[in-house]
Order: sequence, then structure tokens, then C-alpha cells
Amino acid sequence: MRSTLLLGTRKGLIAYRFQNGKWTMESCSFEGIPVSIAYADPRNGTWWACQDHGHWGVKLQRSKDRGKSWEEVAAPAYPEGEEVKDGLPATTRYLWSMAHGGKNYISRLWIGTDPGGLFVSEDEGNSFQLVESLWKHPTRKEGWFGGGRDLPGIHSIVVDPRNEDHIHIGISCAGVFETTDAGKSWAIRNKGMSADFLPDPTVETGFDPHIVVAAPSNPDYLWQQNHCGIFRSIDAGKNWLDVSEPNGPARFGFAIAVAGDNPDQAWVAPADSDVNRTAIQSALVICRTDDGGKTWKQLRNGLPQESCFDIVYRHALVNDSNAVVFGTTTGNLFFSPDRGESWQVINNYLPMIYSVQFAD
Amino acid sequence: MALVKFTYALKRFFPKLTDTKANGKTIPAVLQEIEANYPGVTKYVLDDQGSLRQHVNIFIDGVMIKDRTRLSDPFGENSEIYIMQALSGG
Repeated sequence: MRSTLLLGTRKGLIAYRFQNGKWTMESCSFEGIPVSIAYADPRNGTWWACQDHGHWGVKLQRSKDRGKSWEEVAAPAYPEGEEVKDGLPATTRYLWSMAHGGKNYISRLWIGTDPGGLFVSEDEGNSFQLVESLWKHPTRKEGWFGGGRDLPGIHSIVVDPRNEDHIHIGISCAGVFETTDAGKSWAIRNKGMSADFLPDPTVETGFDPHIVVAAPSNPDYLWQQNHCGIFRSIDAGKNWLDVSEPNGPARFGFAIAVAGDNPDQAWVAPADSDVNRTAIQSALVICRTDDGGKTWKQLRNGLPQESCFDIVYRHALVNDSNAVVFGTTTGNLFFSPDRGESWQVINNYLPMIYSVQFAD
Repeated sequence: MALVKFTYALKRFFPKLTDTKANGKTIPAVLQEIEANYPGVTKYVLDDQGSLRQHVNIFIDGVMIKDRTRLSDPFGENSEIYIMQALSGG
């Protein structure tokens, strides 16, 4: 298990360190400022803070010394004249996902935004450019819409480590898109998914993948926690299969994590329906499958089982070897050393947690 | 010359920010001058397309500007331009 946790929270970027058998808070940066994504680039150890100031707009900060000092760099911005819809000017409203470009593109970084633009940097994040091919995709203006946020947003960027020009992205609401040429062209990958909230569920876009992740040990195995259930693909997104529990809690939710060493093992953090969006029957439960979603096991040992309202946001459930960590909307942070069989509290008094990441 | 004043909230990000005289005859021109003194500050006040951010206000001599898109409200030689944030959130 890597020994650092980076948290993006409603009140700052918080780092935890595992020392002497327990997690201790190492630092808090930007106290009071919402951090939508806290991201550590594993290639060089640079920490990134995607800030959502509210009043002053989104900002991007980086640190090369574990948060001791920070440097503001220009946040992704939409070119002059760009529009989300006809008559609605495009401006970056939220930084919702961040991914490095891989070992062969050492200076490349990707950022996904609300209102639906993907940005790429080829200079280590000194500047970001809008990926025009996706922004000009013929489905965007009419076929994408808000889900979770008022306008469409890119919350998932999955770079294939075997071929770093091969990338899947997840958009709420549009669905999954795939490029094999580093973003020059895009294919829609929503086959097998459902969108039962739409008047016509057979549409090409308009799906709501809450998060899309790949299995590190076999990147053709993609998983998504979708608004309409849990889906898995074993062919890089060409076909999706609903693997939700028909009558169990593993169905609606936001987060999903796949085991680093097993493409068939995954965790989800179920919530009580899209109507309520609270803990299931006032109890916190994580579900794990060990067989590719055929069956799900409920993991509750050490988690609150009464008077609980927590849910887990889409970037706030992670795995690293036997460790699983998740943070909740009410500021609880939990750690399991044994793949979810038992849970320990790290902190009950944090701000609302938006993102969690293991780092060195 | 107009006098530009700022909410204290911006001083967290621009500690040296202080009342500044500006020659510009329009608000965008004034902001350009301010940007030269405090690089990056206009990105806090204006969005990608140059409109006033939703929760930021500009007052000219105590009156809130009307044109939040092109910032075309007129002001006089001795006007006071005040840049403030809305008070919200928690």
C-alpha cells in the first residue's frame, strides 16, 4: 500500500500519511477553498489541486514539494466565442477529472471539465488546450446534457497504459467515448447501457455513467457505476453488461474501484436510489464482487449501521493492494486493510470529501 | 483618473492589491491596467469569455453596473470603481 492519501474536500486539499500503523494528517492546503480534485501525478510526484472558488472561478495549482509551496498555473479556459449551446457562452465551471498522459508522453496531462470540454496539456500543465474534435462532436450540442451538475461534464479519463493514445472518457450526461488517436477522433461506446430516465432509452448519447474506471491488470476490463446500475465491459467498452444486483443494494451509487491485481474484483458504495441519495436504510455499506459482478458481498464490519446519511462521491473510493479507502459527503474517512472485510475510521470530522487518491 | 478599489477577499490571492488609479476610459480598459500591475487578477473577476463572474459585482460610484457581459457602463474622470464579491456559501 502506498503511504499517502490525497483528499479533495469542500474546505481544502488534505494529505494523510500512514506511519507507525496509523493514518495521520500531514497537511492541509488552501484551507477554506473547495478542491474538486486532488491529484498526484505518479510519474513525478507533482500534486495538483483543482479549485472551485465559487466567486472567483476555477483555478489550478501545483506543488512539487508535497504541498509545502504551491504555484498557480492557468486553468483550462474555453477559446473566445465558444458556446455550450447556441447563445450560452462556454466558460470553465468545474474541473472534474485529471489524468496523466502516460510514460511515453511525459509532459502530457488531461483535464475534464464542466461544461463538457476535454483539455490537454503538452507542457506539464503550464498551458491547456481544448480538444476540439470532442468539443465539435456532432452529438454534443443536442445530445449531451447536465447530470449531477447543470451542464454536461467529463468526470472520467481512462488512459490505457499499453497504448497511451487509447483513452476512454465518461461524460454525464452523454456516456462513454473512446479515442485511439489521442483525441483526434472519437467513437461512442454506449452499447448495452441503459438510460431508463429518458423518453427514448435507445438513444446514442444521453447516458449517465457516474464514473468509469479500468482494471489496472487488464485495461480492456472497464467498469462503470452508472445512474442506472453497475456495468462492466470485457472488450474495452465495445459492449457493456449490467452486473447490478436485481434485489440487493449494489445498484445505484456514484463510486467504483477495481482491484489493482484482479480485473474481476471491484467495490461499489451503494446509495438509496436516485430519488433519496442517502445511505441504504440509514446504514453504510460497501459491496464487493470477486467474480466480475455475478455476485456481490456486503461489507459492513466497522461501518456505522444506524442513523447514517453518508454517501460516497464518484472520485472518493479507491483501492491499493489490500487497502480500500473511501470518504463521504458528511466528512467521514474510512480505511480497510483487508479489501473491505473490516473497516477503521480515519477521521469523522472532515469537510465533505470530493476525491481520494493513493500516492507515494 | 478613476480610482479602483477591491474587496479584501481578493487580497488572499493578491496580497499587494491596493487602491489603484487607472487611466482607462472603459471598464475593460481599466481591468487591463490592473492586470498589468497584478498579473492573473482579471481571471478572478472575469470568466473565459470576458463577462463578469456570476458572484462578482462592480459598483461605479456606489451603483451596480448593468452590463455584466461587455462591461460598457460609463464612468467619470473622478469615479470610484469598486470590485466586490457576493456574500454567499458556507
